[in-house]
Amino acid sequence: MKSLSKLIVPVIAVIFGLLFGAVFMVIIGKDPILAYQVLWNSSFGSMRGFFTTLVNTTPLIFTGLAVAFAFRTGLFNIGGDGQFLVAYTATAWIGFIIQLPWFIHIPLALLAGILAGGVWGGFAGYLKAKLGVHEVITSIMMNYISLYLTSFLIGGPLMKPGPIPATPRIFASARLWRIPGSRLNLGFLLALLAALLIYYLLWKTTIGYEVRAVGLNPKGAENGGINIARNMVLAMFISGALAGLAGSVQVMGLQHRAYQPFGLIGLGFTGIAVALLGKNHPAGIILAAFLFGILSRGANEMQSMAGVPKDLIEIIQAIIIFFMAAEYVFTLILRKKKKKKGVVANVE
Amino acid sequence: MLNNIIAVLNTTLRLATPLIFAALGGVFTERSGVFNIALEGIMLIGAFTAMAFSYLFGNPWIGVLAAMGAGMLIAAIHAVISIEFKANQVVSGTAINILAVGLTGFLLGTMFEHAGQSPSVNKVAVLPIPGIKEIPVLGDIIANHIPFVYLALLLVAVSYWVLWKTPFGLRIRAVGEHPAAADSVGINVKKTRYIAVILSGLLAGLGGASLSVGLLGIFVKEMTAGRGFIALAAMIFGKYTPQGALLAALLFGFADSLQMLAQTIGIDFIPRQFLIMFPYVLTILALAGVIGSATPPAAGGEPYDQEE
Repeated sequence: MKSLSKLIVPVIAVIFGLLFGAVFMVIIGKDPILAYQVLWNSSFGSMRGFFTTLVNTTPLIFTGLAVAFAFRTGLFNIGGDGQFLVAYTATAWIGFIIQLPWFIHIPLALLAGILAGGVWGGFAGYLKAKLGVHEVITSIMMNYISLYLTSFLIGGPLMKPGPIPATPRIFASARLWRIPGSRLNLGFLLALLAALLIYYLLWKTTIGYEVRAVGLNPKGAENGGINIARNMVLAMFISGALAGLAGSVQVMGLQHRAYQPFGLIGLGFTGIAVALLGKNHPAGIILAAFLFGILSRGANEMQSMAGVPKDLIEIIQAIIIFFMAAEYVFTLILRKKKKKKGVVANVE
Repeated sequence: MLNNIIAVLNTTLRLATPLIFAALGGVFTERSGVFNIALEGIMLIGAFTAMAFSYLFGNPWIGVLAAMGAGMLIAAIHAVISIEFKANQVVSGTAINILAVGLTGFLLGTMFEHAGQSPSVNKVAVLPIPGIKEIPVLGDIIANHIPFVYLALLLVAVSYWVLWKTPFGLRIRAVGEHPAAADSVGINVKKTRYIAVILSGLLAGLGGASLSVGLLGIFVKEMTAGRGFIALAAMIFGKYTPQGALLAALLFGFADSLQMLAQTIGIDFIPRQFLIMFPYVLTILALAGVIGSATPPAAGGEPYDQEE
């Protein structure tokens, strides 16, 4: 019962997101039913489509987990895009610079991403812990520093001479196994594994207990002997590492090289939507990432087959975030109703 | 050589202008205690609106007015969500930034079949200042610009005056530093924050318009490309004051201008990425206390609950 009631607000948010999307389509004279049919079929109409949706879901599980983990400590990691890019670059570098047996190369390449993303995120945690600098501001700045730094590296020292600004291809020993004939790769399983690991870490270990304690009640946690500063840095390191893994898997499973970035891709920002919709719980995040995976998978087909600009997907996404952000209002309304019925409100 | 110096300084002013508008908006909202990372999205919507109205009416000034209105409207959404609903202000800002990208792309694709950018629209004409324009060197640098440039400089002075010399400015700063104390002396915390946030929307919208119907005469998809965030950086680096934000915006504009010049004349001893990165690195150093210091208003980001 309790877990079921947790689903109410996310479900309402998604329904309203899709409804608003339909309104936009009607305004420009397009058929929303046709468009949503196309959207559905692009993911569930064929095995190939379904696999592509899972490919799109993979990085969103990582960045969603990243945002959620920081949230649990009361921190906001808006720097997922920057952490993604430094890890993306570091993993590609380890992937092409040296050839190793796969059972060493793959962990090493992942580790490079974890460290790069972790340090990038941990720095924001460090500034917050030592100097009280708001991690949101630091993360935003770090996003752009990462963008231009990786743009310089991939388009310069790490670039393979040729017409495409990208690194050389990584060795086969650093590539993740793919389902033959599709782009779906082990990265998806790694993402599920990460979700499981984060669940275990948060609820079954002392580290997780301390992290959550700092998030729920920093003063109480400190009185209980928990080192807040240490936990902030640790949480932002783990958060950054998770966003970094999204970048590593992008290289190792999908692109097999790193392309020079020309802007922030927005996976970190979408991760915020995923974490909110998934209520910062690993299971919820997998579901939410899958939903956004479906949306991004169908966006292009919706444009070509139903004539709806694919940017509608972002509008729907934003509306879902608005509804999740305003959850306070829902709980307030629910609480008032419950009070009227004479039932004690059960607030998280 | 002299021509290059004049060109760099002239371009500095032009490139700094959108940043100055948005950074001033940032000063108002942050001073009132409301985070507004939506400046980026509001700028983008302002840029699109200005282009669209200039396209429809053939007059860029109608576009400018519409951009100000659109900016206020979007900022009002942020205000309601963060002040009334007491939602997380960063979340609301993120939603607006995503919405802005989606909405402008959606409308662009609907209005003009070929997505990516709008056709050229009428833009605001250059307005030389007679008298000053004739001064050698200086005239070429400061007196031969679109009116947006002069307006931005003027608004810096106006903002300073409003924030530090009027009761209204005092109220804004009070609700940002200590809302409970402000409340106890009869200041309407909510109303003051609403006005500050909506004002920031007007300014960011103006910043967006200065980009589309001011500098370029065209709208390109996601054309703000992080300028709202650089404005945020300028505001912080400028210690949350209008005059500081102006200097920071000029410094950032200068770096950008140098980068462009280096590209055109083929200097590459500093990779251009490092020049573009400069504002962000500088802001981190300022935040970390390595150079100067940047202390935000005490109640920044916290919703005010009267009952507490």
